[in-house]
Amino acid sequence: MAIKVVQRRPLSLAERTYLPQILAGLKVTWDNLRRPPVTLQYPDERPTIPQGYRGVPTLVRDPHGREKCVSCQLCEFVCPPKAIRITPGEISETAENTHVEKAPKEFEINMLRCIYCGLCQEVCPEEAIWLQNQYSMTGRTREEMVNNKAKLYELGGTLPDSHYKWDKKKAEAEKQKHAHH
Amino acid sequence: MEQILNDLVLSPAWYYTAARGLLVIVVLMSIAAYSVLLERKASAWIQGRVGPNRTSHPVIAWIPFLGTFLMKGGFIQPAADGLKFLFKEDALPGHVRKITYILAPCVALAPALIALVMLPFGELPNGKIITLCPGADVGVLFMFAISSLGVYGIALAGWSANSKYPFLGAVRGSAQLISYELAMGLSVLTVFLATATPQENNALSLVSMVKAQTGIWNVFVHPIAALIFLICIFAEANRHPFDMPESETDLVGGFHTEYGAFKFGLFFVAEYSHMVIGSSLFILMFLGGWHILPWVPTIGTGVVASLLGLAAFFIKLAAFLFFFVWVRWTVPRFRYDQVMRIGWRVLLPIAVANLIVYFLWYAFKG
Ligand code: SF4
Ligand code: SF4
Repeated sequence: MAIKVVQRRPLSLAERTYLPQILAGLKVTWDNLRRPPVTLQYPDERPTIPQGYRGVPTLVRDPHGREKCVSCQLCEFVCPPKAIRITPGEISETAENTHVEKAPKEFEINMLRCIYCGLCQEVCPEEAIWLQNQYSMTGRTREEMVNNKAKLYELGGTLPDSHYKWDKKKAEAEKQKHAHH
Repeated sequence: MEQILNDLVLSPAWYYTAARGLLVIVVLMSIAAYSVLLERKASAWIQGRVGPNRTSHPVIAWIPFLGTFLMKGGFIQPAADGLKFLFKEDALPGHVRKITYILAPCVALAPALIALVMLPFGELPNGKIITLCPGADVGVLFMFAISSLGVYGIALAGWSANSKYPFLGAVRGSAQLISYELAMGLSVLTVFLATATPQENNALSLVSMVKAQTGIWNVFVHPIAALIFLICIFAEANRHPFDMPESETDLVGGFHTEYGAFKFGLFFVAEYSHMVIGSSLFILMFLGGWHILPWVPTIGTGVVASLLGLAAFFIKLAAFLFFFVWVRWTVPRFRYDQVMRIGWRVLLPIAVANLIVYFLWYAFKG
């Protein structure tokens, strides 16, 4: 390989006076000064949240209004700072979604612990927990910073679903039942 | 006794002087306060931010347009800052040397106010000079003698706070002052060599200096002296790139960390007052004082001329203060050894050479 010798040139007289550099620097800052500000006037102006933003974790419903979480507790176990606490519950025999069998009785995410890592969303087999675009969480007490199930569904809303996994299962089960008879 | 009392309290001249003094102090203080605002706004613009634009008062906000303008421009901010300093708890730590600790902020501010006495601002139609102490013919000497005392404030603060970083800062500040005072004095001497005539008995007054610049400004005749003086006033005012006593990166803010509340406010105002005085000196000695343009003697006559002159002085002052701020947000701080090297091995020899060259020039020109 050819050796390239880098010239170690001593500073010229002009450079050693600092003055040309200072003048060039003044030019740079002057140009900056004439540019419009790049900051937002925060509470009045809000940033546009890009797609895929990892905001506050929320629970979502599918377009039919079914709550998607089946309280498998994978998210609770994966959550690195142990922010999630789930109390699993059964879906009653008489309910329309009884074939899903389980739903959370209570679901709490402690936002004082959450580090917005998104692992819960990644691990969820039901696509039930999503980090959406809410970026500011405030509260006056520690209790207010814990999102309970109602709050999580309120924040999450409804997201489109491409599988309708449980509807398909139900349809399949019905078909099997008819085939056996 | 009664005579003295009468002279002091009852004579109208005394009131007149006091009122004038108060007026100039108020003007200086508000200029200092608003240069803090300028600093915050200009730094914000340079960094692509907006700067203070929220502070307002319901009464002011109620005024249409002007109220919004004042709020967006941050013009109420200095008042809010001042009030904050005034109402904060004035803590007196247990481990400080009490007397010097309390004295230091006053010692920092007082020289700035005293030096102000000698500053001429403009000329009245009848030829009188707008200043607090008319007819003082040692103007510039007095200014240098007094304004350098400002470093005592920093030295006392550093010493009394009983903490090592402020102390290091104080030592640096003092060393820096001594180093740059020399070059500064020599550069000024060059200018006075040119403008003053031995016959005059007010050879060192700033007024005759300004009058000598009626045609051409000194900055064009003595560019090197002007440059040296400019660098030195940055150093004297402890401004970037020479803010040795504070230097956040290595001294964690120096004495600034040891003071709070109104004492810190006094230091703050003192720093900006030194800036104001340094800029005024530069304007008076090199930028033609209250002359509006170089090569143009006066514009208008009578009152108009005086008012225009006064306005010219303050516009130049504002521009110069902006320059201070602009440089601060452009140039990084010099290292302490670089500061010393620039002072002793660059500025001082150049100033001496400059003096000798002009000296020989005037000697042979006759
Ligand atoms: S949110 Fe998802 S991972 Fe968590 S319990 Fe519900 S279904 Fe399981
Ligand atoms: S985002 Fe991370 S920290 Fe927050 S709840 Fe989900 S897994 Fe836990």
